[in-house]
Amino acid sequence: MTDIMPPGLALKKVDERIMTLNVGPQHPGSGHMRIVVQIDGDYIVACDPDPGYVHRGEEKMAEYRNYITNVPHLERPVIHDSCNVLYPYVLGAEEILGIEVPERAKYVRVICSELNRCIYTMYWLAIYGIFLGHSTMFMWPAGDRELLIDLMEKVSGARVTHAHFIPGGVRNDLPANFEDVCLRQVNYFEKRIKEYAAVFYDNPILISRTQDTGVLSRENAIRYGVTGSVLRASGVDYDLRVKAPYDVYDELDIHTNVMKEGDSYARSRIPWLDMIESCNIIRQALQKMPKSGSVRAKLKPNPKTKGPATVYKRVESGRGSLGCYIVSDGKPEPYRVKMSVPSFRNLLALPNLLIGEKLGNMPSVYWSLNYWPVEADR
Amino acid sequence: MSSDSEKPAEVKSEEKPTPPKPAPKPAAKAEEKPVELPAFEKGISDKLIEKFGDKVDIDFVKEDRVGIRTSKENVHDVAQFIRDDLHYDHAESVSGVDFPADNEIEVVYHLGSYTESSLAKQVLTLTTRAPRESNPIPGQDSTKLPSLRDVFYSVEFGEREVFEMLGVYFDGHPDNRRLLLPEDWADLPPLRKDFAIKGR
Repeated sequence: MTDIMPPGLALKKVDERIMTLNVGPQHPGSGHMRIVVQIDGDYIVACDPDPGYVHRGEEKMAEYRNYITNVPHLERPVIHDSCNVLYPYVLGAEEILGIEVPERAKYVRVICSELNRCIYTMYWLAIYGIFLGHSTMFMWPAGDRELLIDLMEKVSGARVTHAHFIPGGVRNDLPANFEDVCLRQVNYFEKRIKEYAAVFYDNPILISRTQDTGVLSRENAIRYGVTGSVLRASGVDYDLRVKAPYDVYDELDIHTNVMKEGDSYARSRIPWLDMIESCNIIRQALQKMPKSGSVRAKLKPNPKTKGPATVYKRVESGRGSLGCYIVSDGKPEPYRVKMSVPSFRNLLALPNLLIGEKLGNMPSVYWSLNYWPVEADR
Repeated sequence: MSSDSEKPAEVKSEEKPTPPKPAPKPAAKAEEKPVELPAFEKGISDKLIEKFGDKVDIDFVKEDRVGIRTSKENVHDVAQFIRDDLHYDHAESVSGVDFPADNEIEVVYHLGSYTESSLAKQVLTLTTRAPRESNPIPGQDSTKLPSLRDVFYSVEFGEREVFEMLGVYFDGHPDNRRLLLPEDWADLPPLRKDFAIKGR
């Protein structure tokens, strides 16, 4: 019987005490993925993540469209973070097409990218709150997120799927009076998220549930190759905006948040600290941005490439380092587009972190990895 | 704070962005190129040439990027050297690229370093190629490469993805199951060029 069952479904009888549980893919605590766990009483003894339920073949689709028409569908893996998902692709396409980006467009990109980082993180935080049964932490971020979504709607015309970054700059210039509105909203937003400390991050119940659970040591974080907030929560000071700045990040003063604990609490706190840092970056960028000028280079509908080339570009997204590897053979369509996504990289830590944890801690450890199932599947 | 946070990379200074190098198929050594190469990246490629001689080909040397290419017999040794002596410590991605014209499938590892602060900006591209079968039986034909999972633990899921998407079997990988595709997928590996999207 067990021989003909597909892998992962076969029930291995190891011990009378061990029970195999399928968490997901419809379970609200797993997102769009399945986690096969084996439990001994209340404790997890083995874990096998099974992503792929929302695989959409983005990389294959990209081989059939040219560099411009790839833009709207490549942002789909993470629509809350759509600017950052497109960012490395756009940087790579610019190198392949040989386009220079105007200075003002670079600042607009930085502002949009940071706004999107906050929008994504607020959504993530809302889900994290509801995973832990903290309904207020679901309602507050979901509501405050609207402040920034309204801003991005003013910029791009769409609430979440902006498709705003294009090779050569951004699609539209900022609307009139944007600087003032943005400054006001961001200042209020920062004041709001600082209030989360009292209700969530300093909450003794949250601390007792997340502290010392799912501890990822510094050595293992490097070994598993995790990235973003997961890496920085384990004491590795690595942020691409500082270490390998792209566009105009090298002209801005950015502080990297690092915590040494490596537990679920640290992993949930770092994205929140990053949002406060994002507010600082937006204010700096608004100040330094050229007040006028072009925001995109002239581009033909079907631009010519400079010949065969390979490019690997990476940016710091809301979840960590996001890379895009583009192989061009000189044709108008890319030969191969590979997205190296942070969720996929952070997933490798999950089976190792869950072993020895209580089953009740699974949602908090899982979601603290800043994992977005759709992005991992692409 | 952690030890790697002390100094920013000292590589920044005298690099000039070289124009992107044409031809993904390299043959030329780095020394033969007329353009001025960035010094730090040149140093990395020189160390590899010094150690392995003609077993590795330098694909490109440009700002923050070094690309090398090696045969499947040597890829494990080269990866070991990259980890132990050049201090790259994790793989960012494992990509597979299908080249039906050459009858080969290329596997590209993008390697980075968290521990060595001078390498924070760098990405080393390690490329190798496996023979391609026109009628693939994934796992049972000649499309095989040695797994780098024992050198870089972080390639585990990446290699599983390349196996299901392009049919490259990694010898020595502890867990060669499907990852994203359904268990009952019976068609060609979908990222091969001969797998066509309907209507295209």
